Amino acid sequence: MHADPKGVLTGVHFIDGDHAACEGALAAGCRFVAGYPITPSTEVVERFAARIPTVGGVFIQMEDEIASSIAIQGAAWGGQKVMTVTSGPGLSLMMEHVGLAAFTETPCVFVDVQRGGPSTGLPTLPAQADMMQVKWGSHGDYEPIALAPNSPQECFDLMIKAFNLAEIYRVPVFFMMDEVVGHMTERVQIPPAEEIEVVERRWTAKRPGQYRPYEVGADLVPEMVKAGDGYRIHITGLTHDERGYPAMNAAAQDKLVRRIRDKIRRHADALVDIREDSVEGADVVVVSFGITSRIAAAAIDAARRQGVKVGHMRLVITWPFPAQRIAAVAQRVRGFVVPELNMGQMVLEVERAVAGRVPTLSVPHAGGTVHEPEVILEKILEAAR
Amino acid sequence: MSEDLYRWADGLTLGTDIDNPVMPFLRQDRIPHIWCPGCGIGTTVNCFARALTESGLDLNKVAIVSGIGCTGRVAGYMNLDSFHTTHGRAIPFATGLKLANPELKVVVYSGDGDLFAIGGNHFVHAARRNMDIMVVCVNNFTYGMTGGQVAPTTPLGPSQTTMPYGNFEPSFNLPYLADACGAVYVARWTVYHVKQLAKAMQEGLKKKGFVFIEALSPCPTLYSRRNRLGDGVDQLKYYKEKSVQKNGADTKDLALSYQGDIIVGKFVDRERPTWLESMNEHLSRVLGTQYQPYGVTHAED
Repeated sequence: MHADPKGVLTGVHFIDGDHAACEGALAAGCRFVAGYPITPSTEVVERFAARIPTVGGVFIQMEDEIASSIAIQGAAWGGQKVMTVTSGPGLSLMMEHVGLAAFTETPCVFVDVQRGGPSTGLPTLPAQADMMQVKWGSHGDYEPIALAPNSPQECFDLMIKAFNLAEIYRVPVFFMMDEVVGHMTERVQIPPAEEIEVVERRWTAKRPGQYRPYEVGADLVPEMVKAGDGYRIHITGLTHDERGYPAMNAAAQDKLVRRIRDKIRRHADALVDIREDSVEGADVVVVSFGITSRIAAAAIDAARRQGVKVGHMRLVITWPFPAQRIAAVAQRVRGFVVPELNMGQMVLEVERAVAGRVPTLSVPHAGGTVHEPEVILEKILEAAR
Repeated sequence: MSEDLYRWADGLTLGTDIDNPVMPFLRQDRIPHIWCPGCGIGTTVNCFARALTESGLDLNKVAIVSGIGCTGRVAGYMNLDSFHTTHGRAIPFATGLKLANPELKVVVYSGDGDLFAIGGNHFVHAARRNMDIMVVCVNNFTYGMTGGQVAPTTPLGPSQTTMPYGNFEPSFNLPYLADACGAVYVARWTVYHVKQLAKAMQEGLKKKGFVFIEALSPCPTLYSRRNRLGDGVDQLKYYKEKSVQKNGADTKDLALSYQGDIIVGKFVDRERPTWLESMNEHLSRVLGTQYQPYGVTHAED
């Protein structure tokens, strides 16, 4: 279906990534946001608070990130498309509810405008150091989806995709911005509503009495209802059966945890979103994501001027990790270079996929600014030797 | 209430099939419940079912949200849209649920540790905002599910597994807290006072805004036995003997002490605009016709 025109600010704008992300959420149909102020993410909710009264919906500033991250889940079961927005310290507080969303299969979007950490770290300066936290941060096994925009335009475009994926797979989706993308101002084109595809919730057609909240078909994703429609659902964070009732035994645990893993893993091909540049025929491939992809592009240009055949794989979806594609490319290149604004997180996934076939060179950076292109160039040249 | 329950109990004995009037409110495929003999949580559920009957509310539009713990299991037994959330976070979940679908009557049903230790911050803010939800706190002075640890409601004196030499921490006066934070309806009863508790819940279901009902309940397995207070019936006798009804009492005078007097009654019943009413009123005034009024605050409006 098409976007509701009420939420779509069609036109050309000169706005930063935080504002563009908010517009993306409104265009995607988000009508409930709960949040708590935290730099450098706050502009997203500030804009939502200003915009939502004339669109029709609710913004509430909660008492903390713990409350925000579960208020959105109540609102999802009340029938709305929902989002919360935060940065590192707030994300850490939200972790228990990431698990709740994964286990109760509650569609929701968590925006993380990453800043330097750990702890209070560098509130106003960039990092990409929460990449492993969003994959592993909550206890237990689950498979989230994460996207990494590298421009204000992508903050708009990919936010719509983030909401759509949350509805299709009924998982928490992480929108992994960083301080630079969040505060960088660029041209953002917002298309007319009829050109924006939004995915409706997987509402069941079954009647009360026939419907079981966690019964699934071939795609392993259950259909949903909302509170107040007469289905008298029970939803719990305990291990549960198809009725949604607690079922605390090893067999029920195995069945449920396997399914919430497999519903993502079996769709891993559909969830690959890599923007590739000259990967075929390359000797060296740079794997990057988010803001670092723009610095990497400058380093790649410089390497090409020196005659090195360099390809670029920019991960737009970072989780699930596109291991198969990386493994296939590893058959034909001499090495990978992985720059990221952390001390080496996603490089571990690249190494896992490459499995020792060729060298994988990490270009770590503790955050606070972006890489110097020369540092990445040096590693490209090293990999090409 | 008790009359038809007795008829039902007689029916069980005599082999006749008089239905328990509470059964339609329960998920019968989830019975038996997990609560210990002598525990008062089931009694509060009975009162809640009766309040739902008397309220005349469309049960398809009533949702119940619990946190974690013994009382946290209430949601799972009620034949309503029900949510068993995380420890301490039932109130913010309920806040989102209510705001997303304002036609719902949303009830939070949880224990004292869940609502006032780990969840205390959410309680004070939901009351301050006058979020339109009813909060029922079953207060058994202890953490039951985890084995009898000290709670923010444990009176001075009794032994708990994490206060093995007796509790030396002062406890909350819950009605005083709720009153100070802005709750529009505040009552306290015990599970001895089944009719009064059911009536308070019925009033609470009809009330618009943040409603707080404290229900004192025995925990015979952990609190009473550890402190040689007898069984559930002995605690009911204590409630009967030491309870003094003082409707409209000043909430600052309602602190509880170990096996001391219990002031019960309805202490607060006032009007204040709910969060949604305030939002709609304020934004309509400021933004005029640009504003899209959001939802309604009650199904009957």
